[in-house]
Amino acid sequence: MNETTIVNDPLTALERVKLARHKDRPYTLDFIERLFEDFVELHGDRRFAEDAAIVCGLARFHGSPVVVLGHQKGRGTKQSVRRNFGMPKPEGYRKALRMLKLAEKFNRPVFSFIDTSGAYPGIDAEERGQAEAIAHNLRESSKLRVPVIVTVIGEGGSGGALAIGLGDRVLMLENAVYSVITPEGCAAILWKDAGEAERAATNLRLTASELYRLGIIDRVVAEPPGGAHTTHDETARLLDDALQETLAEVTQFDPPSRLTQRYKRLRALGRWTTSV
Amino acid sequence: MSWFRKKDQKVEAVPANERHVKTEGVFQKCPRCETALSRRHLEESLQVCPHCNHHFRLDARLRLAITFDGGEYEELDSEVTSIDALGFVDTKPYPERLVQAKQNSGLPEAIINARGLIGDHLVFVGAMDFSFLGGSMGSAVGEKVTRIIERAINERAAVITFSASGGARMQEGMLSLMQMAKVSAALSLLEEARLPFISVLTDPTTGGVTASFAMLGDVIIAEPKAQIGFAGPRVIEQTIRQKLPEGFQSAEFLLEHGMVDMVVDRREMRPMLIKLLNFMVNPEVHPQVAQVALANNNGKGSSTISQPETSGALSKLDGQPK
Ligand SMILES: [Zn+2]
Repeated sequence: MNETTIVNDPLTALERVKLARHKDRPYTLDFIERLFEDFVELHGDRRFAEDAAIVCGLARFHGSPVVVLGHQKGRGTKQSVRRNFGMPKPEGYRKALRMLKLAEKFNRPVFSFIDTSGAYPGIDAEERGQAEAIAHNLRESSKLRVPVIVTVIGEGGSGGALAIGLGDRVLMLENAVYSVITPEGCAAILWKDAGEAERAATNLRLTASELYRLGIIDRVVAEPPGGAHTTHDETARLLDDALQETLAEVTQFDPPSRLTQRYKRLRALGRWTTSV
Repeated sequence: MSWFRKKDQKVEAVPANERHVKTEGVFQKCPRCETALSRRHLEESLQVCPHCNHHFRLDARLRLAITFDGGEYEELDSEVTSIDALGFVDTKPYPERLVQAKQNSGLPEAIINARGLIGDHLVFVGAMDFSFLGGSMGSAVGEKVTRIIERAINERAAVITFSASGGARMQEGMLSLMQMAKVSAALSLLEEARLPFISVLTDPTTGGVTASFAMLGDVIIAEPKAQIGFAGPRVIEQTIRQKLPEGFQSAEFLLEHGMVDMVVDRREMRPMLIKLLNFMVNPEVHPQVAQVALANNNGKGSSTISQPETSGALSKLDGQPK
């Protein structure tokens, strides 16, 4: 395993949050365009609606058929509104589950890209079972028989990120963040002061290097000097290498042993004590 | 069983002129109808206001006592407790919060695991308690939920959870979030083993608990008027910039939107759980019975039941609860 060194000068956790949210940062479609060929986008959850906050479809990765999916933010006001600022509703998660099942049926690996501030908090989303949609995805993806490789490319916003984030390996770009709550939200609740976001960000251990240390992600993928927003091409090239290696790693196992490993990995998550 | 015999007993309201008498510890005011209720009567009615049906939040151990046959159960996994893996300090260090939570609640964690009989069926129950750091799910809670599921698989038993949670435990950061994945994965094994899981949602069930095990029951029951949802009401109001409608995210709202099977009064909960278990525990699919049948070389029907693939995965795991 090549342990990736941090290229940038040390940044604070909140600075990483800002980079992860940078408007010029590559989004899922920017990666799909650069990493995959023959992308055919598929739409809709077959139950209620199409959700543009998640894009997904069929593609080729270095020639081989795969399924790709990910959160999609929009650039500019109009696109941001169309993409609901990358915040999926239940139909987005149900569409993603359709893709996972499709991958399983045709025995194709899945690449999932995480980039959301969170699941959409709205009346309609609650009415249609946001919690159920997320929970269902978690249970189903834990037993999916094909390889699933997850990459956190920008913001990993809590349950809304995790809903498409359960896989055999989780990679994370150097300046991406992944957190149980936004630093602002955490500061507002625990410090009763959104101005404490800096301290909250530090305490939450949401950077790639901290999460690697905690065993939550498997690999930190270096970004070009200056960050992913400075060059999408070079960022994609670095990620491409990591994805190819990871795919080779996880495809060497047959489905039963991959599922056993996946369960063991999930089973081991957390830190607790049994000494009274 | 005395809990249930007393349920129809009429409890007299305290006369108005007595309400202001200093009766702390003897009377408790109902937050909904404002009737002063004697603590003894409240206990007899399982912490439900006999006047307006308000369901008070229930202590986890009391919940277990009113659920198991004869109030008898064996508490499990109480040694699994939280640690401060991140060195989290907000206005207080997390270890201090943990000590305080244990003192205030009298509980080792935000969930109590138990094993016992319900209607003569072997059941593993996890009862959450909101008084322990808002019932938040940190690593220890996730581990305990996982353990009752794995124990149920090993002993071919049913699982019932009573959730009461504000969501993830922020002080454990991503370790807390990942518990959603861990418990959901364990539930997929329970499902493949075709064992029953009944999820009971009590006030409040929100965030990461709702978006994992709480919404994955074969049958999902909610207590009346319980607040149940994913996002918090304040977050939603800030996002959509409007007031939420009355009754939004109530148990009844979820029933109307098809998210829960039923809303059940706490005093009717145990009989309902027994009814469901009687349906779900089927000797023809229940693997324990199937194995016994095979051992007796009398495999009619049951011999066609194949072992789930992932039960192999589970048996290979290290460090399983004994
Ligand atoms: Zn009342």
